[in-house]
Amino acid sequence: MTGLLRFETFTSRAVQERLARLELPFNQYGMDPFGISRKHLGVFYSMLEVFYKDYFRVQCFGVENVPERGAGMLVGNHSGGLPVDGGMVLASLFFAPERPRHATGMVEKFAQSWPFVSEWFSRVGQLPGLPEHAVRLLQDGRLLMVFPEGARGTGKLYKDRYRLCQFGTGFMRIALQTGAPIVPFAFIGGEEALPTVYHAKTLARLVGAPYWPVPPYLLPLPLPLGCEIHYGKPMHFEGTGNEPDEVIEGYVEQVKSVVELLVVRGCALHRERQRGGVAPDRGAEP
Amino acid sequence: MTMKVLITGINGAHARMVALRLRARGCQILGIDRRPWPDAPDGVQVFQTDVRKRPAADVFRQHRPDVVVHMATITHFTASAEERLRINLHGTRLVFEYCHEFGVKQAVFVGRHTIYGAAPDAPLYRTEDEPPLAVSTFPELADLVAADLYAGTALWRWPGLKTAVLRLVYMLGPTRRGTLASFLDGPRVPMILGFDPLFHFMHDEDGVDAIVAAVDHQLSGVYNVAGPPPVPLSILARGTGRQSIHIPEPLFKYSAGRFGLPYLPPGAVAHIKHPIVVDASAFRRATGFEHKHDAHDVMVSFREA
Repeated sequence: MTGLLRFETFTSRAVQERLARLELPFNQYGMDPFGISRKHLGVFYSMLEVFYKDYFRVQCFGVENVPERGAGMLVGNHSGGLPVDGGMVLASLFFAPERPRHATGMVEKFAQSWPFVSEWFSRVGQLPGLPEHAVRLLQDGRLLMVFPEGARGTGKLYKDRYRLCQFGTGFMRIALQTGAPIVPFAFIGGEEALPTVYHAKTLARLVGAPYWPVPPYLLPLPLPLGCEIHYGKPMHFEGTGNEPDEVIEGYVEQVKSVVELLVVRGCALHRERQRGGVAPDRGAEP
Repeated sequence: MTMKVLITGINGAHARMVALRLRARGCQILGIDRRPWPDAPDGVQVFQTDVRKRPAADVFRQHRPDVVVHMATITHFTASAEERLRINLHGTRLVFEYCHEFGVKQAVFVGRHTIYGAAPDAPLYRTEDEPPLAVSTFPELADLVAADLYAGTALWRWPGLKTAVLRLVYMLGPTRRGTLASFLDGPRVPMILGFDPLFHFMHDEDGVDAIVAAVDHQLSGVYNVAGPPPVPLSILARGTGRQSIHIPEPLFKYSAGRFGLPYLPPGAVAHIKHPIVVDASAFRRATGFEHKHDAHDVMVSFREA
């Protein structure tokens, strides 16, 4: 790209400064071995910055629970009809007060079939949610962002808001296999920002997506309402990843109940905060 | 005692480099190829025949090579489907049978990483355990998939024959030969609009070094072979001085082979939409192989050759 269309034109100063401190092994082309591009990250985080700081005015609590270095698996609830929650979680780590970190989201596989989405997701390190990717990234000491509810989570209707869907169990086996800590988190506000009242199934089928959210105002665009992210204390599980299903399910339930607790507390605090009743710096982690 | 190495397809640019490298180490080199090598250096004896013809068997019978490096395979850039099947699969079968019959100690099959196939839901960094998807995603590679898997069967059929199946990433560099070099031959490189997959390639010389390392270590087993980490196709095009042309996928079939773009069969579309990247750590552990050229070197050496 040349002239005004250079990637740097769309990269904010704050993002540039943080990119320089990001510990990813970029080569002379600004590419890391997983195909993450420094230039693309610049534009990506500059775009997220606008949504994070101005549009959703995200308040983030307990980000110090995310390890500053080394592997970690962030596990949380999906909130809202589009996975904007994922973008905001990534922003919360990149704009963390201490050190910027980049997390790789485990994305639904259909995204790789879409032109431009495929290219951009690949360049900003949002890879198809495959166990091979998860294991490799964690073994490489990276952060992984996992929504164990999957598309079921973003696809829930407004009447089911903040009610956790069934958690997949694959993440737990991978956490055990790689010894990575699990950092639970709750995302609050997304359900109000994009309330889904109806699923347009034909439209979803046409574009190859698992669902197409329709809010009361029809256009599936999130409203500029305040959101919050609450990180809980890291959870460590001992094992090899080869435990029987019932053991794994037990561990998954433990994680789910912590996420649930963070969601319940986070929602209560969020409501109070909107009424101006809580100290602004109080998070859901007791 | 001097080691005798037979190289099939010895007249390929990379096979010649392997021959010269092994000859420099004191090996006696025999070669089989349909094409002549008129000025073959001393210590390199070339038999102009087809690996599937009777005289080829006689080379094995009379000269009793210790090691066979099988490089007589071809791609859709140079041959029709029938010919590919004959050369790639039937040729591989005969070479391995001769290896067994005539007491060869090690057979090295030089294969390609593209057999893993490209798909939107395929992982980056494929290990040797991954199944070869190309058999369905890219029918023009089916014969190479079959040859690769067939070569691997020697591991259990003839345990006494050390068999190394190497799956090399694209070799690129000053020889300007090979699948990727053919793709980048013209001034323009086709891309599918909205896709920019990682391309995994290594320098010609590093690829040759890796094949020689497999011989040196009497390697046995199936191994991915790679050099530097992959780079996106757009960077590869720019780095090799090519102009990338972004074509919407529905129009792609009308542009292949026209407007200065290379001809690509329909199956190749997946290979310029999605990455094929391999994990070559097992090969590095087994041989201590280290690549000498990074991606920049490779692209510059190709461009300036």
